[in-house]
Amino acid sequence: MANKRKSKQTRVENPAEQPPALDLAAPLERRDFLKAGALACLFGGGAVTAMAPLRHIKTETELEDWMQQQYERLTPEQIEKILHRVETQIEAKYGVDVNVEDPKPLPGVQYGYALNIGRCIGCRRCVHACVEENNQSRDPAIQYIRVLAMEKGSLDVEKSDHYYDPETVPQPDKYYMPVQCHQCENPPCVKACPVRATWKEEDGIVVVDYNWCIGCRYCEAACPYWARRFNFAEPKLAKEEINPQMGYLGNRIRPQGTMEKCTFCIQRVRKGLNPACMEACPTGARQFGNLADPNSVIRYILREKRVYVFKEEAGTVPRFYYWFDK
Amino acid sequence: MATQQNGIIKDYLVFLFRATRLSFRGDLLFYGWMTLLTVITLVGMRCYSYQLLYGLSTTGMTDQVSWGIYIANFTFLVGMAAAAVMLVIPAYIYKRHELHDVVIFGELLAVASIVMCLLFVTVDLGRPDRFWHLIPVIGLFNFPVSMLSWDVVVLNGYLLINVHICGYLLYMKYLGRKPNPWFYMPFVLLSIAWAISIHTVTAFLYVGLVGRPFWNAAIVAPRFLGSAFTAGPGFMILAFQIIRKTTKYHIGDEALHLLRQIVTVSLLVNLFLLGCEVFKEFYSASLHMSSAKYLFFGLHGHDALVPWIWTALTLEMIAAIILVVPKTAKRFFWLNIACAFSIIGIWIEKGLGLIVPGFLPTPLGEIVEYVPTWNEIGVSVGIWAMGLLIFSWLMRLAIPIVSGRFRRS
Repeated sequence: MANKRKSKQTRVENPAEQPPALDLAAPLERRDFLKAGALACLFGGGAVTAMAPLRHIKTETELEDWMQQQYERLTPEQIEKILHRVETQIEAKYGVDVNVEDPKPLPGVQYGYALNIGRCIGCRRCVHACVEENNQSRDPAIQYIRVLAMEKGSLDVEKSDHYYDPETVPQPDKYYMPVQCHQCENPPCVKACPVRATWKEEDGIVVVDYNWCIGCRYCEAACPYWARRFNFAEPKLAKEEINPQMGYLGNRIRPQGTMEKCTFCIQRVRKGLNPACMEACPTGARQFGNLADPNSVIRYILREKRVYVFKEEAGTVPRFYYWFDK
Repeated sequence: MATQQNGIIKDYLVFLFRATRLSFRGDLLFYGWMTLLTVITLVGMRCYSYQLLYGLSTTGMTDQVSWGIYIANFTFLVGMAAAAVMLVIPAYIYKRHELHDVVIFGELLAVASIVMCLLFVTVDLGRPDRFWHLIPVIGLFNFPVSMLSWDVVVLNGYLLINVHICGYLLYMKYLGRKPNPWFYMPFVLLSIAWAISIHTVTAFLYVGLVGRPFWNAAIVAPRFLGSAFTAGPGFMILAFQIIRKTTKYHIGDEALHLLRQIVTVSLLVNLFLLGCEVFKEFYSASLHMSSAKYLFFGLHGHDALVPWIWTALTLEMIAAIILVVPKTAKRFFWLNIACAFSIIGIWIEKGLGLIVPGFLPTPLGEIVEYVPTWNEIGVSVGIWAMGLLIFSWLMRLAIPIVSGRFRRS
């Protein structure tokens, strides 16, 4: 025992005091090889058996997909090729002819959204129009818009009902507050992403590169508006439910394990159309437009109405405004 | 010169060969233990392959609670890894030479813990096949903006630093040469600051989220350190005693008692900081206390975490009492109970007790309970088994080297 108390140096300098060395220099014998072989077989066999379910994995991810760079680093020619490949993949998988485009930001356009909180009746037509337009998975169901049935006299979302289901809406003593992506000027989700798979486009829309996202869900934790959705499973849509007009950064069918979100219907608005939620609204509570155009409806609302933003204290500076009439 | 280099390479290859040979040598207990861990690891791999196939829908996570036991275990294990510093400081800064051997064991524990951390983060990814996106230059590493990218840097850096220190010191010991301080002291000093940084950066992952009031508080990082320096040294106390019992290597009582003092102070600091947090949350009774209320008392009828957190607090309180009373603290039987209790307590408190309430209520006020699935638990247990397997293997090599039995012939 005594020599163990001594420091390392002492032991090294006095080899006589060293404990007996392990015999590891002997030449390998037949039984060593047999033992090694048996262990290797056991472990290898065990590993193969353990990972057996992976043989059912669909190898739809081709090498080209895997090697693809982040969207902002792609050349126009590369994007052209990728659009074509994505079309082929969706067609092969869902059996529908689709058209995947990549409309670019329009010059001089800054998108904004304004919602008249007094007009909303809580019918959720926007929610469903959004799902139909944006090809979200129906099972598990993914929705971008959450309509909160708020208690009168309270701004506290904790007192709101997310799953209200009365015979008719609006219910007395409730007011309704739809929430979706606020396309913040200072988006916490973009800051969070470790690989820059999500960013703010020139026209103010926060997009996700579904082919670049690693699925860590840090952006989902970072969003103060609970606006992001994750594909926990392979998206399921019936053939007839698919909207074949698709945008690469917008409503194309997402891969399993990646993040998605409201893009103000980027595939529509960059072609001069309105977002699907606005088109579906029966009361005209929803208004969308170009913040850079002083004559737009949205600018009129911002100028003339009683406007506020949700969670102003978070410092996110939303482009989604709530308002009410004077 | 060339022959000398060849000699160095040959020496190293012989070392690797012998180390491999030694890895598979042991008594029945060693073989039984390693087989058990291997089997559990394989079960974990089975569960993970189901997850790869069907996606994260095999877990209990949802859009509402989008991180679960994977990230909870990750957070806990970063603390275990950081705790190695609590041996490094006395051994190298205060020149406690009797600790120089055990400090290597502490660093090997850090290595195993970091490997587990990286595995827990990997299994949490929806697209692990795209891991290369995180590699600077070929991928697109969002550094320094994203706190997660900082975490990737500090964790991998810490792994490399510790692998270097342990690897160098152990190999020199094997060769019977005196290690050159220039080759390891700078890294030892770096590792001290780095250990603090891995846990602080991990805390900042949560603290930096403006939409999550439960996490967006300055006290989270100090509490992380307090709990880490309780659980890590506590684990070492238990591991060192197992080494004492099952091998011929003698770890002196001084090392264990030094660790005991560290555990005692850290646990008290952790409980004090917890008290500060509880006071701030509940006395002012603001809206921001919803998460804490959910954790400690349940909210609107949802109370899945309530029994867990009270169990954790009870265990930590009992451990604190044992450690504060000198009569019990100095007896290994009671000390072991205190260590086990504080490890379990902190694992709950800093795992599920930190992650889940951060998500609840959601930013839109919803409460969705999170319950891990069996598959998710299987993956987690598998990673723990793999980590213990790695630690046991490293110790299998390190102990004979340190005690001078495994050396160049």
